[in-house]
Amino acid sequence: MLIISSYFSLAFLVIFLPITVGLYGVLPQMGRRLVLLGASYVFFWAISGKLLVYLLLATLLIHYFGLWLAEIQRRSDALVAAGEKADRRRLRRQAQTRERAVMALAFLSLMGILVTLKYAVFFTVNVNDLLQALGSTVQLTPPAFLMPIGISFYTLQATSYLFDVYRRKIPADTNLLRLALFLSFFPQIMEGPICRYEQTAGQLWQAPRLTYHNLSFGLQRLLFGVMKKLVIADRLNLFVRTVFQGYENYDGFVIAVAVVCYTIQLYMDFSGTMDLVMGTGEIFGVTLPENFRRPFFSKSISEFWQRWHITLGTWFKDYVFYPLSMAKPMKKLTSRARKVMGNHFGPLVAGSIALFCVWLGNGLWHGAGWHYIFFGMYHFALILLENLFDPFALRAAQALGISRSALPYRWMQIARTAVLVCIGELFFRANGLWAGLAMFRKIFTDFQLTTLWDHSILSLGLDKYDVLVLGVSLILLFVLALFQEEKGFRLRQALAQRPLAVRWLCYYGLILFVVIFGAYGAGYLPVDPMYASF
Amino acid sequence: MDKKLLEILEDIQPEANYLTCKDLIDGHYLDSLSILALVAELEEEYDITIPTVEIVPVNFNSAQAIWELVQRLQEEG
Repeated sequence: MLIISSYFSLAFLVIFLPITVGLYGVLPQMGRRLVLLGASYVFFWAISGKLLVYLLLATLLIHYFGLWLAEIQRRSDALVAAGEKADRRRLRRQAQTRERAVMALAFLSLMGILVTLKYAVFFTVNVNDLLQALGSTVQLTPPAFLMPIGISFYTLQATSYLFDVYRRKIPADTNLLRLALFLSFFPQIMEGPICRYEQTAGQLWQAPRLTYHNLSFGLQRLLFGVMKKLVIADRLNLFVRTVFQGYENYDGFVIAVAVVCYTIQLYMDFSGTMDLVMGTGEIFGVTLPENFRRPFFSKSISEFWQRWHITLGTWFKDYVFYPLSMAKPMKKLTSRARKVMGNHFGPLVAGSIALFCVWLGNGLWHGAGWHYIFFGMYHFALILLENLFDPFALRAAQALGISRSALPYRWMQIARTAVLVCIGELFFRANGLWAGLAMFRKIFTDFQLTTLWDHSILSLGLDKYDVLVLGVSLILLFVLALFQEEKGFRLRQALAQRPLAVRWLCYYGLILFVVIFGAYGAGYLPVDPMYASF
Repeated sequence: MDKKLLEILEDIQPEANYLTCKDLIDGHYLDSLSILALVAELEEEYDITIPTVEIVPVNFNSAQAIWELVQRLQEEG
């Protein structure tokens, strides 16, 4: 029986999506809206069953709290307008206190569900460890909660809606169905992108007619995503799994290769899923925000995070970093620090406190584990160091007569950033923090090339044929990315200007490439989209 | 364009041409910490308060956009 288990399952690609597109194509506007909402709930239910109730609860919570906030704002505006001038500041402050209390309650309700489901076990296990270390015989029983798909993604989306209403950036939505569709739209529910209300709610509710342009452009992008996932990411899975699970048996060279392979796998898996998601959105006339912008061309770690999982980074920036670093006490701290430490280092004091909270949150968001916290702290330290040393690097480059915009210098920065990212991904993928540290140590203490000379590295899940397919695919993607990066080349627009025969030749070529070289069937394990488990 | 604003920007990030650059945020010239330094400078220099909601790329992507933000906030008092 065909079961919808992810966007790459046959049931999704050949049954669920075509039926949804077919129904969407024949119905009037209200029907199209309901098709999208209905399909979204069916998709969620197909994967998480009764846990759909959590999504419905989150929808009702943001609807209710949004309207509550709007009502307080409306009343306070009326009171302030009618009040005496001298009294206005007091009235405004009273209203702000009420708004803040409601926002805090809403935030705690939404985050409370996520934190309980995601971190209760981690918390209990660590409390038990602590009790044991203190000599206590008391042990808590870890709860057995099941997590619905996409809860980490839709909770952030839900809180962003409420924060935006609270900040009066958007009006509260009175239409429960529109809000429900904004939160549950099936292509983005599993792995994002984490959208803002103003980015997608209106587009989704518009539910434009199906057009040839949207259908063909959407399918192209979808197919491109399937290629990245099935041909590259899933092909790397067996080798990566083998080495990470039994790293004790392999030398530093094999571990280093596995770390690079994992970084490629994660990127191709996540960005491939995003291509499929964006393509599916495009079919329905919805432009979702991009989550990747060629991250491996980044010249620094902070630039990397502006190009990798962009919507998560901007969420943390808008709702954690700036609110924290621009709170009154922090502004005072920045002001004082600037007087003592100057314009560059002064803001770093308050900035680093906010940055620490961002990266602790970012690490924990990815999962309940110490290695995720380490991953967050690693990137926090790198970004802080970059900012601390940048003025010195600038002065050193000037003194040595090196142009920082020159090509060799840029490529050196790109290579350095890629190496640092790979080290971070080692800890991200490792089976726990201690395993990560042991693997990292082995790269330096047990580095030898014997597995390369005797070809035994080709027996760990990637044979000569796999290496060839990977090599060709990655070179093609790299050349394409280079053109996009340097020349602003846009593949689909360029293709659309070619004659019909050329276009269809390309489509069939890509389909055949996936069918022939896709890593599925005998000898391969089906791999669910990796970010869906976060 | 205000000369003082250009001096502030040059001081924070000397590697951009502020007369022509229109992608200070999207082009990765100004990161979050640079924005923090810039906001602190702007608030002190022009006696304004920049609320968090105003910290969006469209307000910081060019020197002109930053100047327009400053002027708007000065008018709003």
